Amino acid sequence: MSYSNDCPTPSATSPWQHLTDAAMSPRLQTSGCESFSQSGRFALKMVWMTSRLCSILVAGAFAYFAIATVPAHGQSVPRAADGKPDLNGIWQAMNAADWSLEAHAAGPGTTPVLGALYATPPGQSVVEGGEIPYLPGARAKQQQNFAKRQTDDPAAKCFMPGVPRATYMPYPFQIVQSAHSMMFIYQFADAVRTIYLKDPGPAPVDSWMGWSVGHWEGDTLVIDVTSFNDQTWFDRAGDYHSDALHVVERFTPRSPDTLLYEATIEDKNVFSRPWKISMPLYRHVEKDARLLEFKCIEFSEELLYGHLRKKSAP
Amino acid sequence: MSHRSFIRRVAPALAGLFCFSLAASAQTGVPRTGDGHPDMDGTWTNVTITPLERPKEFANKEFFTPAEALVYEKETRTKRNRDQRQRGTVADVTNAYNDFWWDSGTKVVKTLRTSMVIDPPDGRIPALTPERLKQLQVRVDAVKARCAQPGCEEENSGLLGPADGPEDRPLMERCIHFGTIGPPMMPSAYNNNFQIVQTPGFVAIEGEMVHDTRRILLDSSPRLPASVRQWKGDSRAHWEDDTLVIDTTNFTGETRFRGSDENLHLTERLTMVDKDTIMYRFTVDDPTAFVRPWTAEYPLLRQDGLLYEYACHEGNSGLVGILKAARSDEAKAAKATSK
Repeated sequence: MSYSNDCPTPSATSPWQHLTDAAMSPRLQTSGCESFSQSGRFALKMVWMTSRLCSILVAGAFAYFAIATVPAHGQSVPRAADGKPDLNGIWQAMNAADWSLEAHAAGPGTTPVLGALYATPPGQSVVEGGEIPYLPGARAKQQQNFAKRQTDDPAAKCFMPGVPRATYMPYPFQIVQSAHSMMFIYQFADAVRTIYLKDPGPAPVDSWMGWSVGHWEGDTLVIDVTSFNDQTWFDRAGDYHSDALHVVERFTPRSPDTLLYEATIEDKNVFSRPWKISMPLYRHVEKDARLLEFKCIEFSEELLYGHLRKKSAP
Repeated sequence: MSHRSFIRRVAPALAGLFCFSLAASAQTGVPRTGDGHPDMDGTWTNVTITPLERPKEFANKEFFTPAEALVYEKETRTKRNRDQRQRGTVADVTNAYNDFWWDSGTKVVKTLRTSMVIDPPDGRIPALTPERLKQLQVRVDAVKARCAQPGCEEENSGLLGPADGPEDRPLMERCIHFGTIGPPMMPSAYNNNFQIVQTPGFVAIEGEMVHDTRRILLDSSPRLPASVRQWKGDSRAHWEDDTLVIDTTNFTGETRFRGSDENLHLTERLTMVDKDTIMYRFTVDDPTAFVRPWTAEYPLLRQDGLLYEYACHEGNSGLVGILKAARSDEAKAAKATSK
């Protein structure tokens, strides 16, 4: 967004509009506004000065709060007895990545009759570089998936969502970290996974949530996840993978109540190179925050078994 | 009571008590967390062939002698062996799993109790209230009435049940809820494995059966309002000395543990008696369902293995088959009447 070539008019709809526009356009004074009247110029100067003052005050306030509550990286994050970050808590992403990891505009839902609540919220890409590097020809399957997402998205069937999708679905998850163990409990579909901090050896069989082996690199929890099946999607847009999927997740505390989540995704059958997503995760800080039950099986039964119902007598 | 019958009846009970108190005195050797509580982190199993209720033949017998336990174990294993099936019988095809798939235990509990129920002292679950019996009978009658029509399938219990849609089927067939996780957590036919992750403010108990995880808060935050019900209820815990006491309410009423309803108030007590044993005791208090509260106990035993993902719903072709079979029965019946 750039306002620098526009001349704000005194008849702008809101007094705040002036302030905002002026604060964002330091070049207002120098070009493109010569035809402005003297009084207009004076008014503009006053606005500009006020806005400068305001922005200094605001910046100062921000700096103060930054020092008071968000100290330099890693300093005030909660810590366990062994000195590692204590990740215990209920976390959630706050973005539209579950609708598509890539940038997408708002759009209608799959069933427009359900109205605005089921429309697709817009979102910016969480993929480094913007786009997922599909192998030549591999994009087509994603597009087919997208077209059939209402019935084919495994999450619509209340299937376990896999990794990394479980992290950024619009449902919270809980990290339970004791002195010896770590468990992630997801609200969606009661998905759960143990993070093995001692390597238990290879997985005996492929699974929906994968086989997670974790270790600490400084303050970052690094989880190597393998042995996935090929049944889950990355998002409602139908981005997909094969059973060769390998995900490396990184959870880094960036303040007491936020984590930086990064996941590197590798699958030689579908992508031309490893690619990375990243996003912040936010702690549920509200009083009495808790992971309520969302046993979604019941809500998927019409989709899965509706065609097998007894037809009512004519 | 003759001298001999005293030895037969009381001695094993005393022996059992002695073993238990011996175990209890070893409690000082249990691992502890940084905040001094017994550390229950790890994987556990509750597999046992000890029945919840005392079998009639052991009335008035609270404990087995070790010799009696061996006999009971052998008899039970033989009786339950699923590889004994007669070709051409219904049991041969409806009990689809052979013995390889079952893991219902081979041993009675370490305490040698003849039942998990310890109160009432007769080891039997108290009677249901007349009102509750009536409610449950209404359900049974409704099922029977509907089963006068074709399309009634046999449930896991071996009883007929309608299959007009998934809602007609038992919760287990739909992979929604198993008594293995409960609560109370009850040993069942397989997947009797649990993982506990214990922090000062929260205890997670994951059941391997359908990857269901109990979320137990150790704080004084208010309970969920009565309008919010959960399959596994709403659990709060606190420590009473070395015992983790879990209080659970807000059940749906749909799980019907031995006839319980939505007013079930469950108290579970987990006491680590040695580093490899947690004594698990629960009290069922549900005045609208049972004429009196009752209590049962069994030990959770530490195991070396890991828990594995059991994707029940994701692979539920069984339910598809049940519904298809019911539709097929209806179609056949319709064809027969139209002839």
